[in-house]
Amino acid sequence: MPSVSEWYRADRMPHIFCTGCGNGTVLNCTLQAASDMGWEIDDTVFVSGIGCSSRASGYTAADSLHTTHGRALAFATGVKMAHPEFNVVVFTGDGDLSAIGGNHFIHACRRNIDMTVICMNNMIYGMTGGQGSPCTPRGAFSTTTPYGAQEPTFDLAELAVAAGANYVSRWTTYHVKQLTDSIKTGMETPGLSFIETMSQCPTSYGRKNKLRQPLDMIEYLRDHSILISKKRRLEAEGKVIPDTTFAVGEFVRRSRPVMGLKR
Amino acid sequence: MQGNIACAEGALAAGCRFFGGYPITPSTEVAEHMAKMMPKVGGVFIQMEDEIASISSIIGASWTGVKAMTATSGPGFSLMMENIGYAAITETPIVIINVQRGGPSTGQPTMSAQGDMMQCRFGSHGDFSIIALTPSTVQEMYELTVKAFNLAEEFRCPVFLMSDETIGHMRERIEIPDSVDVVNRKELEKGKLPYETDADNPVPGFPTFGHGHRVHVTGLTHDARGYPDTTNHKTHSDLVRRLVGKVESKRHEIADYDIAGTDAEIVFLTYGPATRTVRQIMKDSPDLKIGHINLRIVWPFPENVLKEFPNAKVFIVPEMNMGQIGREVARHTPVKVVYLPKLGGDMHTPQDLMEAYDREKALIGGGN
Repeated sequence: MPSVSEWYRADRMPHIFCTGCGNGTVLNCTLQAASDMGWEIDDTVFVSGIGCSSRASGYTAADSLHTTHGRALAFATGVKMAHPEFNVVVFTGDGDLSAIGGNHFIHACRRNIDMTVICMNNMIYGMTGGQGSPCTPRGAFSTTTPYGAQEPTFDLAELAVAAGANYVSRWTTYHVKQLTDSIKTGMETPGLSFIETMSQCPTSYGRKNKLRQPLDMIEYLRDHSILISKKRRLEAEGKVIPDTTFAVGEFVRRSRPVMGLKR
Repeated sequence: MQGNIACAEGALAAGCRFFGGYPITPSTEVAEHMAKMMPKVGGVFIQMEDEIASISSIIGASWTGVKAMTATSGPGFSLMMENIGYAAITETPIVIINVQRGGPSTGQPTMSAQGDMMQCRFGSHGDFSIIALTPSTVQEMYELTVKAFNLAEEFRCPVFLMSDETIGHMRERIEIPDSVDVVNRKELEKGKLPYETDADNPVPGFPTFGHGHRVHVTGLTHDARGYPDTTNHKTHSDLVRRLVGKVESKRHEIADYDIAGTDAEIVFLTYGPATRTVRQIMKDSPDLKIGHINLRIVWPFPENVLKEFPNAKVFIVPEMNMGQIGREVARHTPVKVVYLPKLGGDMHTPQDLMEAYDREKALIGGGN
């Protein structure tokens, strides 16, 4: 059973992620979960799209497919349907998944193909220098929202639930233990598992929003997260939940019909 | 048998076991037949959410070692441009069927055209090379689809069957052989780097997923290891020159055409439906000196075929577009080239071609 370090492609280090970036944390939690699963490296394929998040596939020791912007899930569909014996893990980001790849996202969830999709949501286009994304909070600054973002945001976890994924959770880079456990649960659950990770981008998001220090951003993610069980209780009680918060925890775990199961 | 069905049968005979597609007139019968047949041969049919997803899925499938194909027409073909480039730079063997219809845009969904001939060659950004086959009979829909798969495996590039509504929807009696020659995936030798090549072997072996190669595949400019190397001038120049050269340097071996009347002064160059019309006028007027080139492979363009006609004073190129391949002919010969566009959805009639022949004959002068 390969250890976490064996899951890394050592000759690709150093990575391109900025100092303080949250993507390394998410990658590490994913590889820890793969190791905990007892998966074999040669039975596993990592697929990714374009953006900071999607560079993660290239740092894994396994076969990996770094594809085009937004299309990772469509490529992964081909890999998994042609060869269901593979463990397929997709790395994507908020722009890659919900803007240019939105159509593929809802259809992959609908098909409920047996794979694990990990979205590193840093609320910004990091690779291109910090433009607003469909997940940039209202009022937040970016290079394309110089007066504060005006558009309503996507709730990716709720979208995945509505579209039919069998397992959906959201955590942050602060919640390392919960995130690792959740990814493992996702890997164990037949069907499409969607794990959204709120991740810090001090370089592009933080610098525009008075969160320049990585720790400031991680604390921001911690302080603005609210357990989904608590959120639902407050909603039931008719309490007002600040719209700057986001729910974390397990959104759904169910057994809708699945495609691409191992034969 | 219908042309589109013959195409699907050819694909199955060639070993295609993954089809990802999206319904579009006039190519849909290919997908429908694949939907029916794939479960019977242990393959996978999947109807994707759009044509971008369709080509993405077949590239993903191809990396697992499976022969994969999609089929579409103009509007879907336009959507596929993005990942045609991805297949080119990652050297993924895939086959794309384009049953052409009238464009631009939604154009004439049920009518025939050849307006995507330049798009299949140059539609995706950047420099690379591809192979495009052009059937003019239902029999060739079968045979050239088999050949498309074999060329995709041999050259590891996107290969196109550039058919059209006329041939796709035509019904003809065909002969299906008991077996066909099939080229299978050439696996990367152990110990070699994923994109390790030399001058004599410009096409690397294929590091199939799950076979222990632990390959990283990326659309970024990459080195022999497959790792991104995006700011090194030499890495990029070497890669692009190889992607172009591996096909273009073999264009005379890849070439597939037949010729007739090589001593003629007036030569028709055709591919697809117009080939049938030229054959008709040659049959109708056996006493006329008519030269004919029928291309079964248009890209890479086999310019040497033009030299087979030493007396040629004019090449007439009837196409169901505004002169896309005619321009390629003109690029390779000092001889006069006459474009004979036919737009609107109908193929060239014998009268169309005879009028052009008589006009050119009068300009040349002299006896028959």
